[in-house]
Amino acid sequence: MMGELIELQTLEASDDRVWCVAWNPTGTLLASCGSDKITKIWGREGERNWVCKSTLSDGHTRSIRSVAWSYCGNRIASAGFDAKVSIWERQGQEFVLQTTLEGHENEVKDVAFSHSGLYLATCGRDKSVWIWEYNEEENDFACAAVLTTHTQDVKHLKWHPHKDVLVSCSYDDTIKMFIEDNDDWSCVCSLDSHTSTVWSCDFDATGKRLVSCSDDKTVKIWHAYEKNNQEGIRSPNGVYPVWKCVCSISGYHKQPIYDVKWCPLTGLIATASGDNSIRIFREEESKQRDVPPSFSLIASNAHAHSQDVNRIAFNPKEPGLLASCSDDGTVKLWRIEQKLM
Amino acid sequence: MELSSELQNLNPTIYECTEERTLQESDLNNDVSDNIDRREVFDLIRTINDPEHPLTLEELHVVDLEGVTIDNEANTVQVQFRPTIPHCSMATLIGLSIRAKLIYTLPTRYKVGVNIYEGAHIQEVQINKQLNDKERVTAALENKHLCAVVNRCIATPDD
Repeated sequence: MMGELIELQTLEASDDRVWCVAWNPTGTLLASCGSDKITKIWGREGERNWVCKSTLSDGHTRSIRSVAWSYCGNRIASAGFDAKVSIWERQGQEFVLQTTLEGHENEVKDVAFSHSGLYLATCGRDKSVWIWEYNEEENDFACAAVLTTHTQDVKHLKWHPHKDVLVSCSYDDTIKMFIEDNDDWSCVCSLDSHTSTVWSCDFDATGKRLVSCSDDKTVKIWHAYEKNNQEGIRSPNGVYPVWKCVCSISGYHKQPIYDVKWCPLTGLIATASGDNSIRIFREEESKQRDVPPSFSLIASNAHAHSQDVNRIAFNPKEPGLLASCSDDGTVKLWRIEQKLM
Repeated sequence: MELSSELQNLNPTIYECTEERTLQESDLNNDVSDNIDRREVFDLIRTINDPEHPLTLEELHVVDLEGVTIDNEANTVQVQFRPTIPHCSMATLIGLSIRAKLIYTLPTRYKVGVNIYEGAHIQEVQINKQLNDKERVTAALENKHLCAVVNRCIATPDD
């Protein structure tokens, strides 16, 4: 099986670095943000053309590192180097600044809504991960926990697709997982295998596997071994599954890998790197059971952007539609076509 | 990054500077296209001012031509530098200034790496990691106070 990465459109998003792109849950809108301190919302005009539908400014006084959508699609959260997290609420066709969450000491690097709609998580250079609980009556977020397990700045956050389990990636080279138990959030495991900063991670559709990428230029696949697993791998606390690295993909990127995404619709893995490239991997089908998974490169573009590719995002509804953003100020839309040899 | 007001190295050794590059006739000919070479990269960083002394990084032997490599095929530039003393608290700031100068002046196609010469600093590994984390470098250069200090280091007398 081979594939092709076809460039569909280039959006001149900014005069400066674009740090992040994120699709809304229905895949109809794409948010982008960056060093120009503005979040832009892009939508379709006609069948194929994407245009800027609205601009969210005045939320931050420094670079916006990351932007996220709530799973109801009515809220956007943006994380800034100005130590603030801004929450924007949809009113008709526009997004209005609803509230600002303050608490981090300095740069906030990522923000993520839980799939359950109950929580919002933020992280930053102050080495902490904050969990905010949504209060529907007051339509506000209150701090539920400040987790200080990481020893260095926390780069990225990801919620489990089906459970309220939070995963964080850090400059301390580790990935950590957090769960709530009796109103108390705690770290249940640490995935230590990368040899440099872990920039990003993503779950597969089942939530039983995780993919991570790092400054060490590798991608790693992690597998969750549940209680009483056939392989006989024991969980230290007997309840929470044990995560083991089952595959390492290396030799494809010449610079740090800044983002990795696992498409829930197609099962493809996409990587974005400081070497300007985007690469697409597909899992090899194995006839035998109990063999470690292996992935092969099916498509790539070594010059996807003219500078570092900072983030990529698979459209959640349209299989094979991918968005990317770069230091070159553009956002690009791609289609991945898989074909038989 | 913490900045101390105390002088770290009271009496640094001063080294001689390299001679100015002699202009070739082809340098002024717009029809001749040639790659950026390591001497040109070195010229960009050798005039950077030391944060503590009224001396350049070249005069303090913090940077030298040997520490500069450029690969025009891969579009990479690597600079190695040598803090004057192995516990110099200014090492990160010096590295950040080198990086900032190169980011601001080189074409954007180059991937810049800035590292301390092996064994030249007690916190070599930590400092190298910070200097090559683009997120931290970007955030540092957005910090008004730090940006002002870096700009003083990289300003040329003509500015």
